[in-house]
Amino acid sequence: MALINLKINGKAHSVDVEEDTPLLWVLRDHLGLVGTKYSCGIAQCGACTVHRNGEAMFSCITPAASLTEDEITTIEGLSEDGDHPVQKAWAEVDVAQCGYCQAGQIMNASAFLNKNSAPSMEEIDEAMNKNICRCGTYHKIREAVAMAANSK
Amino acid sequence: MATLTKTNRRDFLKIAGTTAGGLFIGFNWMSCDSPKMEVLSTEEILGQAKNFNAFLSISPTGDIVIYSPNPELGQNIKTSFPMVVAEELDADWKKVRVLQANLDTDKFERQLTGGSGAMPHSWERLRKAGATAKHLLVAAAAKKWEVSAEELTTSEGVIYHKSSGKKIGYGEVANDAALLTAPEEITLKDKKDFKIIGTPVKNVDNGAIFTGKPLFGLDFYREGMLHAMIQRAPFGMKIKSIDDAAARNVAGVKDVVTFENSVAVVGTSTWPLMKAKKLLKVEYEADGKVESSSDHDQIFKDLLANGKTEVKREDGNVKAAFKNAAQVVTAEYQCPFLSHSPMEPMNFFAHVKENSVELVGPTQTPESARKTAAEVSGIAPENITVEITRLGGGFGRRLRADYVAEAVHVSKMMNAPVKLTWSREDDLTGGAYRPAVRYRFEAALDADGNMTGYKLRGVGMNAGNSTRENNFPAGAVDNVLIENINYESSITTNAWRAPITNFLAYAEQSFLDEVATAAKKDPVEFRLELYEKAKANPVGGELQYNVDRMIAVTKTAAEKSNWGKKSNVKQGISVYFSHRTYVAQVADIEMENGTPTLKKIHVVTDCGMVVNPTGANHQVRGGVVDGMGHAMFGNLTFEGGLPTQTNFDKYRLIRMKEVPEVDTYYLDSGYDPTGLGEPCLPPTGGAIANAIFSATQRRLRSQPFIDQTEFQDINLKIKRA
Ligand code: FES
Ligand code: FES
Repeated sequence: MALINLKINGKAHSVDVEEDTPLLWVLRDHLGLVGTKYSCGIAQCGACTVHRNGEAMFSCITPAASLTEDEITTIEGLSEDGDHPVQKAWAEVDVAQCGYCQAGQIMNASAFLNKNSAPSMEEIDEAMNKNICRCGTYHKIREAVAMAANSK
Repeated sequence: MATLTKTNRRDFLKIAGTTAGGLFIGFNWMSCDSPKMEVLSTEEILGQAKNFNAFLSISPTGDIVIYSPNPELGQNIKTSFPMVVAEELDADWKKVRVLQANLDTDKFERQLTGGSGAMPHSWERLRKAGATAKHLLVAAAAKKWEVSAEELTTSEGVIYHKSSGKKIGYGEVANDAALLTAPEEITLKDKKDFKIIGTPVKNVDNGAIFTGKPLFGLDFYREGMLHAMIQRAPFGMKIKSIDDAAARNVAGVKDVVTFENSVAVVGTSTWPLMKAKKLLKVEYEADGKVESSSDHDQIFKDLLANGKTEVKREDGNVKAAFKNAAQVVTAEYQCPFLSHSPMEPMNFFAHVKENSVELVGPTQTPESARKTAAEVSGIAPENITVEITRLGGGFGRRLRADYVAEAVHVSKMMNAPVKLTWSREDDLTGGAYRPAVRYRFEAALDADGNMTGYKLRGVGMNAGNSTRENNFPAGAVDNVLIENINYESSITTNAWRAPITNFLAYAEQSFLDEVATAAKKDPVEFRLELYEKAKANPVGGELQYNVDRMIAVTKTAAEKSNWGKKSNVKQGISVYFSHRTYVAQVADIEMENGTPTLKKIHVVTDCGMVVNPTGANHQVRGGVVDGMGHAMFGNLTFEGGLPTQTNFDKYRLIRMKEVPEVDTYYLDSGYDPTGLGEPCLPPTGGAIANAIFSATQRRLRSQPFIDQTEFQDINLKIKRA
């Protein structure tokens, strides 16, 4: 076991876990931040996407111990009141079916739009191809990303 | 026209004020006769508050709470059910709050999600509940103002008396309304006066979903609970020996326990258990058929040729029809097993106490979760509670309570509250799949290209009846023989979104395309001829489908897609009726620099009245994406009783870049709403395969397409317009 210091959503946290523990399980089991989802655990689906210094990252394969110098943002910390432009677009377009994949989708989309604020539809498709939605909400995801880009 | 309908008082069992004041209606989804309305005192309400699961309550502030009984897995029932109640109530939607009800078999009937059946089952019950509450509120206002109720109107939670200019909010008369007796008969609104139904109402949980609130079973946490993960045996095998020494050594692991054919690692958090599971050394030995996919291919061939069949339907003289045929078309179609793979893996929380059990988690059928828990724990069902969380998808997998049983076993053995989590690998290898099926179709054509005979023989692996013997083209062909053979496999199967028809529709609609080609007829014309024949002279008694609705969706799809009118576009049509809903789809493939490019799928749906257009669009497009994804990529194969694809790297699900445009159209034929969770999936594979044939002359008779040599060199591109 090792004491790991993390900065998540602007707050300092210290957790005592095995060094190989992925950030995902630190968030979910130790910090009660369950908005970040587990689905594949092998960097294939994007359900676990968080931001590391503003960049999208799969938290299921990244040991928390490797992130002590970084600013981590999870869905809970993306905005104060759920009013990030991407969250607003998601609500406006009514994107969710079951909703399980959507935190990861939103985190990927928001990191992507930080880098590319005026993406083409092809660029949106390319960026969002990392996240699986088993319910098939792809059309609405695409529409919401485009809407968020235009609203900024 | 507004309709007058019997209220059935049992639906409105208890009406009373609440402690805080307000109207509290327990409306029951049951429909048995029962005598008198009871009015309960405040004390009784409080004492029995737990009984009021099926209710609508209106507080003095005018806030309305509606409990939603059915598990929500993305079909949007938690939004659409309350919309129906609120419509008849004339509520202000902004003041409606929706809560998920726990399992309560006294109060609810059919508290399950499956078969696209919730809306058809509850449509009228929900309307009556809203209308009755409105009637009581209006009656209370009439009494207060000493005017006749007829003089009053309602809108968005407010009652108006036009001539005096008076108005009053629902909340202000809720207490008085609670003292009145529910009417014997109630008038339902004219559909043209609907203000909420038929408008796009957004998912009531959007806010919570988009900010990461704990909604799902996997998010559930209870102070002091243990975590568990389970190693299960390959199909057809049993445990021979267990060496758990290394697993026990992992920090965070508390115990390793064994029950039935499973080994559970138990600990204080999830990650150590994932590691420990990999360190378990469990040896297995055969305990039945240890199967591989190569065996299945042989079994299919043998059974189709020589298996003992069960005749599901026989019309006319099939032998003669085939003997006299000018032409016979024969083809075989096969699909693999599929996993449901909802994004949220199976999980459940169980706390077995001395005389009771507490269950919390994602289930499509809370009642069978309770029954299973009772069997495993030995505790009576009335002492078992089930809290239903939001489901991160289901697709039929969570109709099975195997994972509930596991959680109960471990909680009982550990004498502690336990949350069981399946890994993705567990989810793919843990069984209860869409069955693998192979069909043989034969059609007899006369010299004019009329289909005079039709034979279908299906072999399914634990598929039960792999046919739907009364579906089209039955009824439209004089001589029909439908036969089924079920092979008992050790691989477990379960309902999978649009059971059986998820592949049967594909096979049938592709085969009909083959027959139309052999008959040298346009695929749309060919179908329309058959419908007309079924309509004029239905074979074998009353048709099990409404042929006029079938004709309407087919013609509309042809029209909307400009069928056959665009020279650079190759098209395929597929039409299917399932789960009370009629769907026609046309796929458009454009040739771009010689490469076939799938651009668009046109979907025409007749599900009666559309309750919520935004929710409906989700189900239509989601169904198409699902149908397409699994037709293209879905494949679960076996080696020695174990699935070969154990995670999403090998088990391919459709992604963003693989989705074409989907245009949706609805035909309102004036019928009450039917379900939409399933019926848009079955036609999709056929529409695409038929368009591929039209573009390339390649006929795809097996799924997934990507594994077919006929498909590989086509280089199909997918591009949105
Ligand atoms: S859970 Fe991390 S990518 Fe799937
Ligand atoms: S909304 Fe269900 S997995 Fe995306």
